[in-house]
Amino acid sequence: MRKTLLFVVFFITVCCMIYSCQNAGEIEQAKYMTGGKDLYTANCQNCHGANGEGLGELAPPLTDTTFLKENKVKLACIIKNGSSEGVVINGKSYQGKMPAFSKLHDIDVAQLVVYITNSFSNKQGMYTYEQVAKDLENCK
Amino acid sequence: MFVSNSIIMIKFKNISSITALAFLVISFTACTNEKKLPIYGQREAKIVKGADGTERVDTVYQTIPAFRFLNQDSTYITQYMFKGKIYVADFFFTSCTTICPTMHRNLKTVYEQYKGNPDILFLSHTIDFKYDKPSVLKKYAQKLGVDGPKWQFVYGSKDEVYNLAEKSYLTVVKEDSTATDGYIHQGWLVLIDKEKRMRGAYDGTKTEEVEKLKKDIVTLLAEEKK
Repeated sequence: MRKTLLFVVFFITVCCMIYSCQNAGEIEQAKYMTGGKDLYTANCQNCHGANGEGLGELAPPLTDTTFLKENKVKLACIIKNGSSEGVVINGKSYQGKMPAFSKLHDIDVAQLVVYITNSFSNKQGMYTYEQVAKDLENCK
Repeated sequence: MFVSNSIIMIKFKNISSITALAFLVISFTACTNEKKLPIYGQREAKIVKGADGTERVDTVYQTIPAFRFLNQDSTYITQYMFKGKIYVADFFFTSCTTICPTMHRNLKTVYEQYKGNPDILFLSHTIDFKYDKPSVLKKYAQKLGVDGPKWQFVYGSKDEVYNLAEKSYLTVVKEDSTATDGYIHQGWLVLIDKEKRMRGAYDGTKTEEVEKLKKDIVTLLAEEKK
């Protein structure tokens, strides 16, 4: 009897630990989301729109989930260094130039990527600033 | 006025004085209901002779002077294009990454609203005299999705455009190598009436001001119809 009781208590404790761990991750992501939203409003919204709708053919929308998913490792480079490559999204070509936001720190870039890839019908989860540093090393 | 009325009310305390006050209040609110947009810029008094030879004082308002610019189709347009029209003017440049996209995103909503109304035009002047040649403006208009005669994008020399901006449209524009994209400018959307007078200026980066512009266009259209 005592054994089972102890086991139940132990089991509940482990469950609680795992649950709180998950919560910590969620809290971390929520922090990134709030920071990312402010950064987005200040730096990106004028061209890409409050709802990621883009602006005509001048600025591409951020609502296309496939592009953001396939190019997730490139996003940090595009934000930090800008891009003049042009993109094709949903069969539509966007040849405008994206300016470089070289003043943003890795943590800012991480928050922006988390915000963009978890808003406008995207749901790609967490992206840390350590990952930003790694991805930036592979910029072309 | 109101003070004397209330004194009357205290003195007589009868129904007729209350009715009189009510009438007064109603007539005051009726005055403010007939809305008219202010006329901006400098003005001077001028003595003019009427047809019957009598002299009277007339107010002369500041107006947009004659101009001649190349548009996105590489043809010259002048003030004649805007004769008898209401138009919204602004100053921007195509490589601007700060306030211009927001300004034009907002102005485009006004454009969409009045697409079918030939009495309203749009005029965007570029302040980037080095790069924004007509072909660049054409591409910009197409990409923004407003390519047509209703929204004119014009190119002119630095002196012409900068003078017009500061003296006539009261908008600050300046070359500045320390600014983000090389220029400093204000994001005013300037409302011009059929007599070429400035009737309003709205911050094109703020949606609530652009909503006011939409309301004021309605007021101005009603005013001009009389």
